[in-house]
Amino acid sequence: MNDEREIALGGGGPGCRKRDPIVVARKVTRSFGGINAVDVDYLEVPRHKITALIGPNGAGKTTLFNLLTGFDTPDSGEWEYDGSPLAKVAAYKVARMGMVRTFQLTKVMGKLTVMENMRLGATNQPGESLAKALFKGIWGAREKEVTAQAEVLLAKFKLDTMRDEYAASLSGGQRKLLEMARALMVRPRLVMLDEPMAGVNPALTQSLLDHIKNLKAEGMTVLFVEHDMHMVRHIADWVVVMAEGRIVAEGPPSTVMKDQAVIDAYLGAHHDVDLGDSTGFERLEEELAHDDESVVGTAGEGLIGHTITELHGAGEPGPATVHAEEKKP
Amino acid sequence: MDFGNILINAFGELISPTTAAYALAALGLAVHFGYSGLLNFGQAGFMAVGAYGYAISTLTFGAPLPVAVLVALVSSVVFAIVLGIPTLRLRADYLAIVTIAAAEIVRYIVTTNGLTEVTGSANGLAAFEGSFYALNPFPQGVYNIGPLGMSERNLWIRVVAWTIVVLACLTVWLLMRSPWGRVLKGIREDENAVRALGKNVYAYKMQALVIGGILGSFAGIIFTLPRGAVQPANYATELTFFLYTCLLLGGMATVLGPVIGAMIFWVVLSLTQGLLYGAIEIGAITFLSNVQAGQLRYILVGVALMLLMVFRPQGVLGNKKELAFA
Amino acid sequence: MIEITSSASVEIRLARPTVEVYTLITQPMPARIGGMLLLALGVFASVLLGAPTAHSSPPSAVSVTQRASQVTPAPAPAESAAPENFTDRVSGVLRGVDGPLGGVTVTVSGNGFDGETTSADNGFWQIGVPEQGTYEVLLDENSLPEGVELAEGQANPRTVTFAGTSNATTLFLFGEGIVSQSTSFWDDLAERAVAGFSFGLLLALSAVGLSLIFGTTGLTNFAHGEMVTAGAVLTFAFAAVGMPAPVAIVLAVLGGGLLGYVQDAGLWKPLRRRGTGLVPMMIVSIGLALALRYIIQFNFGGATQQLPGSQSTAISFGSVSISQNNLTSLAVSLVVILGVGFLLLRTRIGKATRAVSDNPALAAASGIDVDAVIRIVWVAGGMLAALGGILWAYYRPGVSYNMGQQILLLIFAGVVLGGLGTVFGALIGSVLVGLFVEISTLWLQADLKYVGALLIMILVLLFRPQGILGRRERIG
Repeated sequence: MNDEREIALGGGGPGCRKRDPIVVARKVTRSFGGINAVDVDYLEVPRHKITALIGPNGAGKTTLFNLLTGFDTPDSGEWEYDGSPLAKVAAYKVARMGMVRTFQLTKVMGKLTVMENMRLGATNQPGESLAKALFKGIWGAREKEVTAQAEVLLAKFKLDTMRDEYAASLSGGQRKLLEMARALMVRPRLVMLDEPMAGVNPALTQSLLDHIKNLKAEGMTVLFVEHDMHMVRHIADWVVVMAEGRIVAEGPPSTVMKDQAVIDAYLGAHHDVDLGDSTGFERLEEELAHDDESVVGTAGEGLIGHTITELHGAGEPGPATVHAEEKKP
Repeated sequence: MDFGNILINAFGELISPTTAAYALAALGLAVHFGYSGLLNFGQAGFMAVGAYGYAISTLTFGAPLPVAVLVALVSSVVFAIVLGIPTLRLRADYLAIVTIAAAEIVRYIVTTNGLTEVTGSANGLAAFEGSFYALNPFPQGVYNIGPLGMSERNLWIRVVAWTIVVLACLTVWLLMRSPWGRVLKGIREDENAVRALGKNVYAYKMQALVIGGILGSFAGIIFTLPRGAVQPANYATELTFFLYTCLLLGGMATVLGPVIGAMIFWVVLSLTQGLLYGAIEIGAITFLSNVQAGQLRYILVGVALMLLMVFRPQGVLGNKKELAFA
Repeated sequence: MIEITSSASVEIRLARPTVEVYTLITQPMPARIGGMLLLALGVFASVLLGAPTAHSSPPSAVSVTQRASQVTPAPAPAESAAPENFTDRVSGVLRGVDGPLGGVTVTVSGNGFDGETTSADNGFWQIGVPEQGTYEVLLDENSLPEGVELAEGQANPRTVTFAGTSNATTLFLFGEGIVSQSTSFWDDLAERAVAGFSFGLLLALSAVGLSLIFGTTGLTNFAHGEMVTAGAVLTFAFAAVGMPAPVAIVLAVLGGGLLGYVQDAGLWKPLRRRGTGLVPMMIVSIGLALALRYIIQFNFGGATQQLPGSQSTAISFGSVSISQNNLTSLAVSLVVILGVGFLLLRTRIGKATRAVSDNPALAAASGIDVDAVIRIVWVAGGMLAALGGILWAYYRPGVSYNMGQQILLLIFAGVVLGGLGTVFGALIGSVLVGLFVEISTLWLQADLKYVGALLIMILVLLFRPQGILGRRERIG
């Protein structure tokens, strides 16, 4: 699963072409009250890779996410996903096409149980149409499949013990996990995570990073927003840097970190940004050094693959999942 | 003061067709507000559409009963769709203002003198219930339900009204345990999250609005049949707010809550009226007139609505953990 | 809109309890949750205490309570009424160009019943009838005073049908003045526009308060209509105990401020402390609206009363005429609104208010006492609503327990048109609503004039949900 070929065609730099893009955006702009929140000239997101979108606060990362996924309407511009134009396509249709996002402020349904949250994510549910909803005979079978799929995912994310709890009782990090797991119920091809690490305690951060790597291993493309560029160093294949609505740099993480434009963007716009909380990250780096093992399953198997047995190297379980039992179906 | 009589009256309220109508309309609100988070403040409008749809098609077009009911239901569906198109994309508070405005528009339109021929303007319409009572299978006579004696007409309307309530409860229960209901509950909490999962939130909200509206429309018909008259003054905004009181009494995200809420609402109103009037009659209360005693009860309704919302928003039956608006 | 004026003796009798209620509610209360309970109890107690003087209700109150009891399946009081004291009645007010017409004979016949009466000095007449139904009403034209004639096209005799209420009213119009005149379209338009501007500005008074409250607390206050009513009812009450009109108005506006303060301190502040959500708060405001409305009705009765000086002469500017009251109202609201605008833009407290409205958390962090600002906003909102209510009472004209509810939706329409939470948007939106309501009567039936404004609000939301001056919000 390690595709080592070059991601970019003919060198990096802002707006460079990729060998196999899944998302292509051209001249996407959005302004709020005269301020250009997003002004992206050209952007390609490489397929089957983990791309990190980083930049200081207010750089327009979340707004770009909103625009790409149909949650906000740009002032101008066009973009396509897997060859189909997406401008003016409703958000829910974008999601159905396999481009599924999460939110910066975690959106789990606190008054539904964890399992109901998961079931909500599943697609092709006959019971979700009004005419068929009255008759359990019609949707009961699919409901069982959905539940089985959800159980596999919950086990993977170590949320299986919380199955019947109301999601409101989960910790912040568990909610992030649940939101990501629920997004996977849609069986996306492109997963867009908005600050998946925000507000998550360090122990869970590491398992979250692992989960993100697993997504790639299972054949998905990942685009995630991160505020802190050091978090992304080890999992991103490609890094796109935004500042003041524009893309100021992109390239492999090692190159981008040295890029003067990036340093300017961070230091210029955001003097207090923590460029390296060295102790915390060194530990994380060590643990991630052998992360090849954390990739489980194969690309063709898909998410529900019942041959998936367990996760290795997911690090120490988070405080709330201490009692989680290893599931070995 | 005749306590026996007061209790019998209260029991009468328990099974009265008005209570059934309130239960149905409040059940519609449960679908709107309790399950989907749609703050519909225009349920009185839906009831008016149902009542007038039925009465006008009977009187003006001479439609037979099934056609008249169908017209009433279709009108409420159309009303829901027309109302939903501009509002369902809006925030909850905008939706509230628009629905209350739409209900008032309906009321102004049926009140206007320009349409007296059709709507009877402020006087309303009467004498449209004949075809309903013509179907009455109960032979003439006096029927006793518990301590309560009633004519065959009163029995017939009660049987029909409560049968519809039971069927409606069953339908709503079936819907809400299904994946469809799950999507609605998801929308109630965070519609953007549901949208991000590939559900057409707008369509679901519209379906919920239509279903709750149909229940409101049925409620309007049941409300108006035993009176034999439909008048615009009965469908003012207070009606919607009384329905919210019923809904909150029983529990807003429950199926039986609205029914029990409506029963409590009317029994309590009847008891307080009986006791107050009785006390005035025997001279125990000298500082209230009967009219003021009536108004006092509605002051209590308002106070009850506030206290319920603040201290027990889940109602009698609800589960606070499931309550999206705690 | 047709309102029935009731006799003057009733007005005095009703006035006192209204005052008592408000003094009772305004007793200091702990600003905790218990405060709400106390408020509720206080309201209840004041209702009971305020009652003794309001023993019987005026005739037209019957119609209103009857309306309420239709919603209630209470036994119809008509059945138990003694034959000589019918609860169902046909009534009306005879008013000529120069004032009320007393001593005019009116007969009612139908359903095997005949009744005759003469109108009182205030022009009011009523005849009790045994049952609801259709009656023929005949006005004896010979009994009219010298020089007064029925207006052209006024049917006499005419038939009157009960509308399910216990009171059927009919109005006879007199004299030349009421006969519809033929004026040019542009004159009509100009006249409607001036009236609409006046109406819009009085709406704006209430709307600015509503919008400020929304902006600073997020609350959509459905009880705002009752704050409007309170202003008019208080003015009526103060005037009825003998105060001169200007004093009564000033006191009523202060009373409105007090009502705002008490609402905030006794109810909304504890709820905010509790972290109550906006939707529950909205529903609480509905409960409050219901309670306040019926408390006012309980003490004030269901009749429509007139404030002192409600009849005013018309002033003509060329072909456009406007009543003296409307002109005064226009000037007063303009001055007050400019004053509010100045305060918001130029003073410390105004700037603080706008800061809280923009971002409460940030404002609090930068040292602004958010609670104090909100308190001031409630007081100011209450005063503006009360003033709006007084002007509305002169505009309609008349004071009734549900007058605030009648324009609440128009106030909302103004606020929504302008953009929820934007003060100047509320001003512009309200003026537009006022103009639209009045100008639409050129084409629409007068009883449909509010429909147009509400429809416009819905249409604007369809195309520009954030309103004219509002901002779009970011998602996610």
